[in-house]
Amino acid sequence: MALAFRGPTRVPVTLNVNGSVVKVLIEPRRTLLSVLREELGLTGSKRGCGRGQCGACTVIIDGETAYACLTLAIDCEGRQIRTVDGLAEGGRLHPVQEAFVAHDAYQCGFCTPGQVMSAVSLLEHNPHPSEAEIRHEMAGNLCRCGAYPNIVEAILAAAEEGEGHADD
Amino acid sequence: MPTIKVTKVEFEGRIEEREVIVEEENVPRWDADAQLDVVGKPTPRVDGVVRVTGQAVYTHDVQRSGMLVGRFLRSPHPHARIQHIDSSKAEALRGVWLVWHRGQPPPIGRIDGRDLFAQELVYEGEEIALVVACDERVAEDALKLIEIEYETLPFAPDLDTAIGQDAPPVFAGGGGNVIDPDGDVYERGDLERGRQEADVVVDLTFTTPIASHCCLETHGSVAQWEGDRLTVWHSTQSVWGTRSSSAEVLDIPQDQVRAICRYVGGGFGSKWGAERYTLAAALAARETGRMVKVLLDRREEHLAAGYRPSSKQRVRIGARRDGTLTFLDHEAWVVTGAYGGGGSIIGGPAKDLYRCPNVRTVVWAVRANTDAGRAFRAPGYVEGTFALEGAMDTLAAELGMDPLDLRLQNYAEESPARGIPYTVKGLREAYESGAERIGWRDREQATPKDGPWRRGWGMASQIWGGGGGPPANAMVKLLSDGTVDVLAGVQDLGTGTWTVIAQVAAEELGLPIDDVRVVIGDTEPTPFGPGSGGSVTLASITPAVREAAHDAKRQLADLAAYMLELSDASPQAFDIAQGEIVYRDDPDKRIPFREVAAKMGNYMIVGRGARGPNPDDKALNTFGAQFAEVEVNVETGEVRVRKVVAAHANGRIVNPLTAASQVYGGVTMGLGFGTMEGRVIDKRTGLQMTANLEDYRIPTIMDVPAFDVAFVGPVDVEANSVGGKGLGEPPIIPPAAAIANAVADAIGARVFDLPITPDRVLTALKQAQEEA
Repeated sequence: MALAFRGPTRVPVTLNVNGSVVKVLIEPRRTLLSVLREELGLTGSKRGCGRGQCGACTVIIDGETAYACLTLAIDCEGRQIRTVDGLAEGGRLHPVQEAFVAHDAYQCGFCTPGQVMSAVSLLEHNPHPSEAEIRHEMAGNLCRCGAYPNIVEAILAAAEEGEGHADD
Repeated sequence: MPTIKVTKVEFEGRIEEREVIVEEENVPRWDADAQLDVVGKPTPRVDGVVRVTGQAVYTHDVQRSGMLVGRFLRSPHPHARIQHIDSSKAEALRGVWLVWHRGQPPPIGRIDGRDLFAQELVYEGEEIALVVACDERVAEDALKLIEIEYETLPFAPDLDTAIGQDAPPVFAGGGGNVIDPDGDVYERGDLERGRQEADVVVDLTFTTPIASHCCLETHGSVAQWEGDRLTVWHSTQSVWGTRSSSAEVLDIPQDQVRAICRYVGGGFGSKWGAERYTLAAALAARETGRMVKVLLDRREEHLAAGYRPSSKQRVRIGARRDGTLTFLDHEAWVVTGAYGGGGSIIGGPAKDLYRCPNVRTVVWAVRANTDAGRAFRAPGYVEGTFALEGAMDTLAAELGMDPLDLRLQNYAEESPARGIPYTVKGLREAYESGAERIGWRDREQATPKDGPWRRGWGMASQIWGGGGGPPANAMVKLLSDGTVDVLAGVQDLGTGTWTVIAQVAAEELGLPIDDVRVVIGDTEPTPFGPGSGGSVTLASITPAVREAAHDAKRQLADLAAYMLELSDASPQAFDIAQGEIVYRDDPDKRIPFREVAAKMGNYMIVGRGARGPNPDDKALNTFGAQFAEVEVNVETGEVRVRKVVAAHANGRIVNPLTAASQVYGGVTMGLGFGTMEGRVIDKRTGLQMTANLEDYRIPTIMDVPAFDVAFVGPVDVEANSVGGKGLGEPPIIPPAAAIANAVADAIGARVFDLPITPDRVLTALKQAQEEA
């Protein structure tokens, strides 16, 4: 009787996270966020609300941002998942990360992984966003500390940095 | 030599005289015009890279294989009695380690002077049972298997109900809902005389809602025992407070507790010592021999983690024809919850902002069937300033005066409440700077006649503490490769504490900031430091850091003197700058810091410093003024805040980069309080309708205005050896008031109730039309 509340048995799922392929054995009800954090130890993505309202868990799946707290891990098989934990390559920060540090685009930093991933995705889709486009695209990431003005500045600066690379 | 001294200690607007042990500092003060290399320069955070890469370990991120997770079952009723509880099915669930509740209590069942699990539940969200299981999902499955029969009871879920006629008692045993019917009264002068002297009197009533902190990292603790020693990771504003309160509630010596919080995802006044979930985690960890984590989820965060109390405030102000205040009478009722305390400093601004001889403030704390209210960033002062500054604007209109002129007419050159001078004030400079930046004197007097949008301007003043004080300690260790550890028992809420400590140590030691490693947020390696509340952190800890660095430098100079064959030279004869120790009388005699350090081998220089006393008989305050420009749509009631100019006087700004961030954040939070935030409670059920981040609206990146931030006023050389004062809370104090005043300016009608939502704007317009 009591066991009625347990989900189906665990199932094997193969995930591609930050370029590494990992196999996990998980209950089908597991969110991607809980698997990233608890099974893979990738605690960069945060749980602020668990219901898609704050954006602290934002990851990029097949090139599009997603709330990891509202995504089932079993739905991610065969898809490319990118998280903040794998963003810096070879010890070198991503230009968005660099710009966040330079422009003080955070305070407590808890929303920052989600902000960074949303900003990375934004610039991948739109390398030269206007300020209004930045505000529109970033509106799904709450920052209770109110670092918003510097988040806008950082993304503008990272876009400019990207432009510099394009000219090389 | 430490001495015992009676000194004024200030915390969140309350000033009391207390005996504290203080040491006189040896380090000379930095003058107003001191030439500094690191302090005062915009400096990216030293903890920045770990935050943007996701490497920073918050309490939420602490985990270990085999860790167990605890979850609370919470009351679904605002007021009920538990008739029967059966947890047998939950206990039988595979993966469940333990279930505790009133009928099956944990080894220690009391915290905050009351039972961990009460029989009479007095707010929605009160703890009923704890399940500890192998993971969160199993724990939540088990919660659903606990069977409870409730007897529901009448409830008073909000202020109006709680103080109304025939109010249901918050506790079934009765007792009034108003904690002290006499209220907390402050008086100076003769109110009656002030009334008689007044040519003009305003009498207005304002209300403010319950506001939730909404820290993005919810409250939580992780506990692990090693023998009889407990390590507790706690999302907190005070690691040392967590250590002492954990020891107290567990009845163990403090040396058996280590508290860690290197990174915290927001606090805003809501995260202090050991809480019910902390006790639960610690007890369950001891019981199971495992690490145990108990985090609140977002809904619990709204139900059981505190809030800014709602208020109803009646403000009466009288003035002579020239605007000189003759009396000020401020009455406030504040909801502090079922178990809330009786105190509130909502009358603080009315007491201490303006020169006025006859003042009375009264606060009645009121119980209601909600969880206990907590400090929330400038507690009381945000609400109190909204009412006071709204009334001042109405008074200015009655007198036909410019609102800024009315404030200047009543400018206090010394502390009105304490009758002593300030170290420095700077409010006049803030008024002048802010007015110039927004173009106050040239602002349009007429709003456009076409279209529905009306433009308006408003301003408000800010007073707060922020002077910090003893006790606060720091240690500096010089390592053999010439790098430095700075240890301090404080924590960084996101305000930039890591970085200002590194800056001050680097400045004093003449080292690049990259050679300084800061260790905070952990009681094990650090000496005592204060909790981060009341905007005290910077002004308390950075002077102690300076003193510790100075002490290390003196010892280093001794060694350098020996190495330079100047054994008779005193340590004061040497300067340390750019990584070199230089003999002042003969600058050719110099030796690199790293060379001295290398010769030390494993001999370690340890410098120690303690925060010295605050000046006697001087008031230490921070001041500021904010000016808002808004647009209001008279057809839809929509309010757009276009621009906020924030001018703040906080003495020396150690890091202009992070200081500006504090202002952006404070204004944004104040804008939320002014225009969108507020807990909605269904009067019929007594339940919260807004216990999430979508229905409880906080500002997004779309909502913030253009900012213009100015730091004004002199360096506060008398305040402490660094000359800076706290900036965490000041910026959130004026925004709601300034915006409300701007809305009134725009539409010619005042909204007295926060938040200023479209329906309230339209109602105010309609009332104004009917009156006209």
